[in-house]
Amino acid sequence: MARKKVMVGMSGGVDSSVAAALLLEQGYDVIGVTMQIWPDMSEEERRNEGGCCSLSAVDDARRVANKLGIPYYVLNFKDVFQKTVIDYFTREYLKGRTPNPCIACNRHVKFGAMLDKAASMGIDYIATGHYARIEYNPDLGRYMLRKSVTERKDQTYALYNLTQAQLARTLMPIGHYTKERVREIAKELGLPVASKPDSQEICFVEDNDYGRFITENADREILPGDFVDTEGNVLGRHKGIVHYTIGQRKGLGIALGKPMFVIDIDVEKNRVILGDETEVYDDALIADDLNFISIETLEKPIRVKAKIRYSSKEADATVFPETDGRARVVFDVPQRAITPGQSVVFYDDDIVVGGGVIQQSLKSGKALRKE
Amino acid sequence: MSERVVYLDHAATTYVKPEVLEEMLPYFSEKFGNPSSIYSLGRETKKAVEEARDRVAAALGAESREIFFTGSGTEADNWAIKGAAYANRKKGNHIITTAIEHHAVLHTCQYLESEGFEVTYLPVDENGLVSPQQVADAIRPDTVLVSIMFANNEIGTIQPIAEIGKITREKGVIFHTDAVQAVGNVHINVKNMNIDMLSLSAHKFYGPKGVGALYIRKGIKVTNFLHGGAQERGRRASTENIAGIVGLGKAIELATANIDAYNKKLIELRDRTIDEVMKRIPYVRLNGDRYKRLPGNVNFSFEFIEGESLLLMLDMKGIAASSGSACTSGSLDPSHVLLAIGLPHEIAHGSLRITFGEENTQEDVDYLLEVLPDIVGRLREMSPLYEKVKRGEKNV
Repeated sequence: MARKKVMVGMSGGVDSSVAAALLLEQGYDVIGVTMQIWPDMSEEERRNEGGCCSLSAVDDARRVANKLGIPYYVLNFKDVFQKTVIDYFTREYLKGRTPNPCIACNRHVKFGAMLDKAASMGIDYIATGHYARIEYNPDLGRYMLRKSVTERKDQTYALYNLTQAQLARTLMPIGHYTKERVREIAKELGLPVASKPDSQEICFVEDNDYGRFITENADREILPGDFVDTEGNVLGRHKGIVHYTIGQRKGLGIALGKPMFVIDIDVEKNRVILGDETEVYDDALIADDLNFISIETLEKPIRVKAKIRYSSKEADATVFPETDGRARVVFDVPQRAITPGQSVVFYDDDIVVGGGVIQQSLKSGKALRKE
Repeated sequence: MSERVVYLDHAATTYVKPEVLEEMLPYFSEKFGNPSSIYSLGRETKKAVEEARDRVAAALGAESREIFFTGSGTEADNWAIKGAAYANRKKGNHIITTAIEHHAVLHTCQYLESEGFEVTYLPVDENGLVSPQQVADAIRPDTVLVSIMFANNEIGTIQPIAEIGKITREKGVIFHTDAVQAVGNVHINVKNMNIDMLSLSAHKFYGPKGVGALYIRKGIKVTNFLHGGAQERGRRASTENIAGIVGLGKAIELATANIDAYNKKLIELRDRTIDEVMKRIPYVRLNGDRYKRLPGNVNFSFEFIEGESLLLMLDMKGIAASSGSACTSGSLDPSHVLLAIGLPHEIAHGSLRITFGEENTQEDVDYLLEVLPDIVGRLREMSPLYEKVKRGEKNV
């Protein structure tokens, strides 16, 4: 029988390099690719570049592919990345929301455009170096997304959008190994990247100054406005709503005698609403753009562990189906900084149930529930 | 991956012919002297360099002292353009070129713009041709240089070089041509064609990489590009790349001696490929002039697909082709040449360049014709736009 073909997305980093090596070992016909996703850069920028899909990443990935003796290509995904990730990122900030571009990239670029490309070329699977496990459950007849063996490295939060069709054609070999074991394998294989640090932050915003990035990329001027309290009293001036996110305390640039936090952003009035620590906490939220993995649809309320941002802890919650494809998530205890634009992801132990995008936080979910 | 390998990218580079390699080999080891040295080892290599110069001159219809060896075709282009621009700055600061030049010319002109020169980029027609009249109309009193490529590296279009040369000579403007793709494929005579400067590169005609040459007509003022020793009669410092220069000399001699038979063979392969592909695959467009094109060049655009996927799938079948210039494939942007001949962005993305060479046979064309329609069909199956066209919901 012909060996199954798999296209591995390679960033030049340890994880995707080891993924390629493992698949080769498992007997797949492996083709390495790096997605070129960044917009054209000036010479100045080229010199400073870094990050997961940069030009130096291409060099590193090519070196690994040569070492493994697999064919390697650089594929152009600049247009789709611009439209579905960068433009989305900018648009969301302009709406006063805080998006997660990695989730958009996974959904539209890696498991969208790259998967389509592989399919069009007659390649059976795509693979990535994500810390997550994809397993078929014959009893349910569904592909399940499980947390990686090392929970500390788990990346399932950013993968909750995967559909059954995508999961069926995706391999994530390193989810079954610990980060330490992955680094060991990299060393054993003599992979030249074995001591590279992990990549972090948003890859296309070099200096992590999102406000600056949005200001430069927005199709309209970012105007300063008022900081107000919940009563509407003006507390000071802000630099433009794109510079702020819910829960933010640092960098407000005003002194009010007590710690103040961003608790809401009013796009229409161009206002940033500040409050004290207690006001940053809410106990419910409305999510839309839902996707479910371990269940077909949400028909009745379910108990889950819910995670409201990449770095937050899971919290006990109940998910209620609502109309128009939305869901209401009510937490057992209030959560800090429930932020519109971020995703809420539901877990049942180490299984990803599904998730959605936070539309709004609610002050009293319990009261709403009685309606 | 495929067992069979068919190389169809001779415009990117060629292998070194055995006869060429044979002449080069002694100059790596036993004949290693520095040509600037006075003893016999040096005199021996000096003689080899001068013989190579004679061969290049003979191939171009130039005099030997008008030939200067360089490290590449790109270096020759840079030297010619920057050298002529700076040497004639007192006369003016206007340069004329075309929108479809190789980046070695385009980026050099852009650099000169940043240095205060003014550059006119002549547009081309739908086949990639500039007209001599366009050149005549663009020349101004302050024009110091016209640089127009002999034949295009992507779409193979051959420009009316002799007619342009006639005009520039009459108007007293220096005429440079990047002939990197033309040498060995087109009859060239710099005197008859009134060419003042001409760039060439050995690895495009079965010579080695890393060596090129610039013809500079006697009397044309060009500033030096590399400063240092007195090599190349004080015009281009660097210890000579003897083996490379010897290889270039032999390769250009072979290429010009065999040019008619070589052309005939390539034209047969080219024309059959064009005819059959256009017959077998719908929604395909031939880029470049049907007849005024390099004998081995074929350039297609297939609607509804990306050139990138096409090249990868051809590679998996062992067919080495490209989507345009090999030098720009890293940028992944649609070719400036295809955009200049008026192709929309999405069609410029779906292009395929096939360039035949000496070792290709009709069996290679058979193999291409067997593989290509399947690949294009497969890629189109994935295209939602093609589905609509097939169902008649959208007109092309």
